[in-house]
Amino acid sequence: MSDVQEGMAEQLPHVAVRRVSKSFRIPEQRVHTLKERALHPRRKTAYQTFQALRDISLAVQPGEFFGIAGRNGSGKSTLLKCMAGIYQFDGDIWVRGRLSTFIELGVGFNMDLAARDNVIMNGLMMGLSPREARRRYDSVIEFAELQDFKDLKLKNYSSGMQVRLAFSVAIQVDAEILLIDEVLAVGDASFQQKCFDVFNQMRDEGKTIVFVTHDMSALRRFCHRAVLLERGSMVHLGEPKDVTEQYLEINFGRDPEALERGEHAGDGDARVIEAWIENEQEQRTQVVPQGQRITLRVMVRFMVPVDDPQCSVYVHNEDQQAVLVASSWVRHERSGSYAPGETVMFSFSFDNVLAPGRYSPVINLAHRGSGLDVIDRYERGFSFLVSADVALGGVIDLPTEVSIERVGPGVTEGVEV
Amino acid sequence: MSAVDSIPYERLGRPIHGPEALTSDWTRFWHLTFNIAKTQWKLRFFGSALGYLWQLVRPLLMFSVLWVFFTKIGHIGNSPDTGGHYGAQLLGSIVLFTFFGESTAGAVRSVVDNEALVRKIQFPRMVIPLSNVLLAMFNLGLNLIVVFIFALGSGVHPMLTWLELPLIVAVLAVFSTGLAMLLSALYVYFRDVAPIWEVLSQVLFYASPVIIPISTVEKHLHGALLHLYMLNPLATIFQAFRHAVITHATPSPAEILGSYAALLGPLAIVVTAFVVGFVVFDRTAPYVAENL
Repeated sequence: MSDVQEGMAEQLPHVAVRRVSKSFRIPEQRVHTLKERALHPRRKTAYQTFQALRDISLAVQPGEFFGIAGRNGSGKSTLLKCMAGIYQFDGDIWVRGRLSTFIELGVGFNMDLAARDNVIMNGLMMGLSPREARRRYDSVIEFAELQDFKDLKLKNYSSGMQVRLAFSVAIQVDAEILLIDEVLAVGDASFQQKCFDVFNQMRDEGKTIVFVTHDMSALRRFCHRAVLLERGSMVHLGEPKDVTEQYLEINFGRDPEALERGEHAGDGDARVIEAWIENEQEQRTQVVPQGQRITLRVMVRFMVPVDDPQCSVYVHNEDQQAVLVASSWVRHERSGSYAPGETVMFSFSFDNVLAPGRYSPVINLAHRGSGLDVIDRYERGFSFLVSADVALGGVIDLPTEVSIERVGPGVTEGVEV
Repeated sequence: MSAVDSIPYERLGRPIHGPEALTSDWTRFWHLTFNIAKTQWKLRFFGSALGYLWQLVRPLLMFSVLWVFFTKIGHIGNSPDTGGHYGAQLLGSIVLFTFFGESTAGAVRSVVDNEALVRKIQFPRMVIPLSNVLLAMFNLGLNLIVVFIFALGSGVHPMLTWLELPLIVAVLAVFSTGLAMLLSALYVYFRDVAPIWEVLSQVLFYASPVIIPISTVEKHLHGALLHLYMLNPLATIFQAFRHAVITHATPSPAEILGSYAALLGPLAIVVTAFVVGFVVFDRTAPYVAENL
C-alpha cells in the first residue's frame, strides 16, 4: 500500500467495526401484562433468536463515502443503528470524530410547534448546545426557503414544506461523520436530485459518510467503497461495481422459483413454460449491459391443437410503462399449426437501448386475431436488469452524438463599468 | 478487516456503547431534559386561550369540591383536630399530590410514547422520565404561589419554618422521580402498569393526610399502626408541609412518631424507591429500542 507513507494519522479509520454481531430475541408468546406474569410466575417465555448481524468487521476511512448494500432484512439498517448507538450489540465499534445520524426525516418533529422550536429541539437531540442550535436555526430556515413561514405551526405546513424543513435540518450539521439511511432520499424526482446534489457536495467537502441503500445506481454514483450484506453476513467488501454485480446476482440470479411464481391467465390451450433473456453470446442472464444486442426467448408448450397462435411481449419498466412492445403477428401472422405436446420457442432480438433499471416483461400468447383471445398471459414471471455507467433519467438511451464547437467570440476580460 | 485488528484500540477513538440511561455529557443531558420539559409546558399553555389558568383549574376544582363537602356538609374540616386553616392545609396537600400524580402517571407512558425518538436517535434515555418530572415541577412552582396567596389570605402568618419547604419538595421530588423511572421502564414490558398505577395512586391519595387531619388519624391508629401509616412517604411529606408552612398547631411528623430517628423509616422508602427505579431503568434502557 502506498498510503503507508502518508503517515499513521491518515491511516486511522473514522469508523471502525470489529466483529460485530447482533441478535434479536423474539418472544414466541409475548407476555404483555403484569397480570399474566403474576398468574403464571414460573412459565418460561420461549424466545426465538434472530441473528441480524454476524461477525461484521470493516473500517471506514476519513473522507470516504461508504455504502452498505443489501436487500430488505439483510441487516444493513441494523448495522447503521449499531454504529449510531441506538442498538446494543456484541463486538466493538469505534468512532473518531463528531457523528450525526439520519435514519428518518424529521424525527421528533412536533406538529403543534412552530418551525423555530422544532429546529432548536432537533439540534439539541443531535447533540448541539442551545447556543449552537439557535445559531443553526437561521441557516436551516434559509436553506429550506421558509423565511416567510417560520412562525407557523408545523401542522399548517404543506407536506412539501415539512419535507424541506426536515431535510434542511438533516443536512445543516457540523459533523465529520454522517450516517445516512436511504429513507432520506425519498420524495419526488426533483427532491431526490436535491438530496443527491447535497450528497455530492458532502463528499466533495471530504466528510465521511456511511450510506445505507438498496439502490444500486445510487451506490455506484456516490460510493467509493461498499459492503454487501446478506442475511446479516458480509458477502463482499470492495468496489461499488463488484458489490452491485453481486447484489444483482444474489437477488435475481439464483432464483429457481421465480418462474413458478409467475401468474398465468387464459384458456390454457398452451402454456408459457419458460422465458428468459440472452446476451450477445447467447448466454442466459439477468443482467444485460446497455448497448448489446439481446434476445428475449419464450418457450411455449401446446396442450391442444392450435392454429396460427401469436406471441407478444410487453417490456415494462419500474414505472409500469411498456417501453418496448413486440409481437410475432407483424411478420408471422400465419405462424402455423401446432400439435398437442409440441414445444415452440419465440425469440425477440433487439438492440438494448433501454435506460438502466429493472424490466419485467409480460408475455401474451393469443389465438390469431386481435390478441384478446388469450391462450396464456404470463406476468411477473421474471425480470432483468439493464446496467449502464450513467443513468441520465430518460426512458431509453438512444445512441447520441454530442459535439461542442465555438461559433462566436465571447466578451473577454477588461470590460469594466 | 485485519486492518482494524492491527490498530491499537485506544487510537481508534471513542468506543460506541449501545443506548444508555445516562451519559458522560451532563450539559447535554440537562439541556435536553430542560428543553423537553419547556416545550411540553409551552404546548400545554400556549395551545389554549386561557393558558395557565387551565393548569390551575384541576387542583382548584378538586379543592373547592372537597372543601365545601368537608366543611359545609361533613364536619371534618371544622373540628379542632385540624389545628385551624383547614382550607390552606387541604389546598397545599392537593397541590403536592397533584405534583406527585403528574410526575408519576405522566411518566408511565412517556418512554413508549416517545418511541420515534428512542428508535431513531441516540440520546440518554433517562431524559424522558426526568423531563416529565421537571414539567410537573414547573407546575408545582406556580401552584405553590397560589397556595401561599390563599394561605396568607386566610390568616396564615409567615414562619421561619417556611425555609423547610425546599427540603420537603426535594424529598417529594426524589420519591416521584424514583417511581417515574420505575413505572416508565416497567410499562415497556407490561402494559397493565398504567391502570394498576391509576388505582394505586388513588389509594395513596386517601391513605395520606390530604382530606383527613392527622389528629383524626392519631385517634384511631396507635403505636405500630400509626408508625405504619407514617411509613407512607406522602403522609410524612404532606404532614411536614402542613406543620412547616401552614400552622404549628398541627404536629410535625417527628412529633407524631416521637423522635426524629423514626423519620428514617419513610426516608428509607424514598431512597429505596429511587434506587430501585434507577437500577431498573438503567438495566432496561439499552434494550428499550428493540422491545418497543
